[in-house]
Amino acid sequence: MFTVTEQEKTSGPIWVAREYSKCSGCRKCEIACSLHHEKKIWPEASRVRVFMLVPGTEFPHLCTQCEDYPCVKACAFKALDVNESTSAVVVNSERCTGCGKCVEACPGKVPHLHPKTKKILICDLCGGDPQCAKVCQEGGWNCLRVIEREDREFKLFARIPEETAKALATKMYGEKAEELI
Amino acid sequence: MLGYNGKFLEVDLSSSRFKDVTVPEEWLKDYLGGRALAAKIMSERLLSKWETIDPLGPENLLFFMPGPFTGYFPGGRTCVTGKSPQSNGMVGSTVGGEFGVELRCAGYDGVVVSGKAEKPVYLFIKDNDVEIRDASGVWGKDCKQTEALLNKECRKLLAERYPRVGVWKQPAKLYIGPAGERRVRPSVVVAKWTHAAGYGGYGAVMGSKNLKAIAVRGTGPLPEVADLDKVTQMIDETCKSAYENVLWRRWGTGGGGYNFGAETSSEPVRNWQEEWHNQKSYGVDQFENKVWVKPAWSDFGCPTNCLKISCIRSGKYKGAITDNPDYELQAFLGPNLGLFTPEENVYLSSVIEDLGLCGIQGGSILGFAAELYQRGILTETDLGGLELKWGEADAFAALAKKIAYREGIGDILAEGTYRAALKLGKMKGKDLLPFTVTSKGISIGAHGIRSGRDFSREIGYACSVQGGDHTSQTDLPLDGWGSEIWTIFNDSAVICIFTAFNISRTFRYDFYKAITGENLSRKGWLNGGGMKTLQIQRAMLLLGGPDIKWNPSVDDDNPERFYDPLPTGPCKGRNANHERVKQKVRQYYQEACWDQNGVPTSESLAKLNLGYVDESLRKLRRQPCI
Repeated sequence: MFTVTEQEKTSGPIWVAREYSKCSGCRKCEIACSLHHEKKIWPEASRVRVFMLVPGTEFPHLCTQCEDYPCVKACAFKALDVNESTSAVVVNSERCTGCGKCVEACPGKVPHLHPKTKKILICDLCGGDPQCAKVCQEGGWNCLRVIEREDREFKLFARIPEETAKALATKMYGEKAEELI
Repeated sequence: MLGYNGKFLEVDLSSSRFKDVTVPEEWLKDYLGGRALAAKIMSERLLSKWETIDPLGPENLLFFMPGPFTGYFPGGRTCVTGKSPQSNGMVGSTVGGEFGVELRCAGYDGVVVSGKAEKPVYLFIKDNDVEIRDASGVWGKDCKQTEALLNKECRKLLAERYPRVGVWKQPAKLYIGPAGERRVRPSVVVAKWTHAAGYGGYGAVMGSKNLKAIAVRGTGPLPEVADLDKVTQMIDETCKSAYENVLWRRWGTGGGGYNFGAETSSEPVRNWQEEWHNQKSYGVDQFENKVWVKPAWSDFGCPTNCLKISCIRSGKYKGAITDNPDYELQAFLGPNLGLFTPEENVYLSSVIEDLGLCGIQGGSILGFAAELYQRGILTETDLGGLELKWGEADAFAALAKKIAYREGIGDILAEGTYRAALKLGKMKGKDLLPFTVTSKGISIGAHGIRSGRDFSREIGYACSVQGGDHTSQTDLPLDGWGSEIWTIFNDSAVICIFTAFNISRTFRYDFYKAITGENLSRKGWLNGGGMKTLQIQRAMLLLGGPDIKWNPSVDDDNPERFYDPLPTGPCKGRNANHERVKQKVRQYYQEACWDQNGVPTSESLAKLNLGYVDESLRKLRRQPCI
């Protein structure tokens, strides 16, 4: 814990590697994300959201950029697109109707509507320099870290929050976890 | 005003009505938020009849107050306060967690609750939508069950009411356990299982109002600030300085379990009969290696993560879960009870927290009862068959349950150490106060004054307007950094002191300016909001009632035990010097503009524009308390 690694600069597609059990629950990623995108501290408008369905099992819930991008396919209004240089899903706010089809299509139910504009919010990897990972690294938690995107099993991270919380609770609290959820 | 939402939510549970209210902008400028602002609002409404207000009656007001710094200053905290069923004054008790942040994002600067619901209820706030909901499904549940059930219920409601927006996060919650429901005076207001607004006994106040919980989901941004760039730059500075505190981040207050016991010799051991132990088994490294399952646990924006999570995964105490435990619980539910293993300490902490009892006040009562047992004053029969020997974790856990459920002797002990000593003393025909270590009805935190090596001061508790609260100690000179005027600032802004060790003292004014655009200076706070709040809280403490009133000439003093020489350890023989304490108390009276009876003078109150406080103190001036 608390070893600070230099954020790797890459030119190609990137991925925010996540190690949930290292999340302290500080929500600095939410703060950084909303400051970057909204110029405000606005946790609900953050593209990364920290869930705490069981105390101690906090984890950042953010887009994992599935190889087949089911959200992009599900959008009837062509409001979602993939940025080729970063691999991030990019939202065209003018086209988005806030219908929620992409949320339904997402295996992890990651996207959510902006509380004010009612347009969909999906991590855009900050155009290649994710702020969430930066603050996580500054604090030495190393829960979020930017790596080069390889061909890996990223979709495994696209799980609904309840499922992730339960797994983490079992890991931390053993059999007791059943009673805590 | 920038940095604020400009409205508070006021809920009257007797009539099930709620409304948005505002306070004059000068109050915000003077009193900031949290402890100070609550004291101001409370004094305006109830000070004139203070001594008649039952803290556990419907007239008491219960405040849930973040401050202008909440959400911005790293590490979110909220102040919970009202008339205290422990001191009969007002105790600003702060609790960590996301409650204050969510509340500010929901558009409120605070919640004020009055009255009493007919049946158990909880309050559910989703931005402007406020609802008083039936709590029969969670009433009677322990804190861990309550957390889970409320998450489920509230998230289901949100999903039904706001379909298609995506998966809802959990609401932030404050709630009580079985102890609060039964108006046990040493019960707490809980967040995230293990965080608590402890001092003051506001769990009992929630229970007396039939209010099980408040859950809040705020989807807006934090209130707009004057200079966001400056604020974020200062947040970064704070975090960077906190990151340099390597061992503090790693161990939190947990280092105290060994440090205060062995080195500074100021830890309660066997109900303060000693303040020293040399048990390396009780080092934080043992906790880290044996019981921690999460080495870094933070509240909103916190760089320090002084919290950890402990879980016993096997053996007799399997399934016990708590945080760190932090130093206070390590002490009060450890050496204070003659216990020196991490496993037993985690187990007892878990039991106490699930019941919604206060780790400090609860540990104090358990220790007090055990000392009476040691001395043969309480017998096994009195204790319903419990052999309350030092070091018997199971017996202490059983007694904690009796207290939370007010069973047998638990019903008396549920009144807190001071009141229990009076009651049991009458029953036994003995003065039992010498075995209590309290100030103004509040058991003193785990920092003794006898060795002189800890941060605690000789008059730190005796002159504090929050009694035994170790986080609100005071000292001479009154305008110095050790005085209570500054803890009032922390509890009003509201900030966590554990992220603020290395930042400069002027930081707070610059931060305040960046948030509100208003100027604040050291002098301004000393002669303004800080001093006003001190006087208001002092007036409340002196008026007291209805069950107990404090007599300054007796009660502005340390507990007897602090004058007994330490019997063991590196500081053996040291004690507090009574003559010197008396002299310092007199000096403190002078500096605080209190008369020889400890009552704030009319002139000083007039200068502070607190004529109404002076008015309510008249009855005390007519009967000089000697």
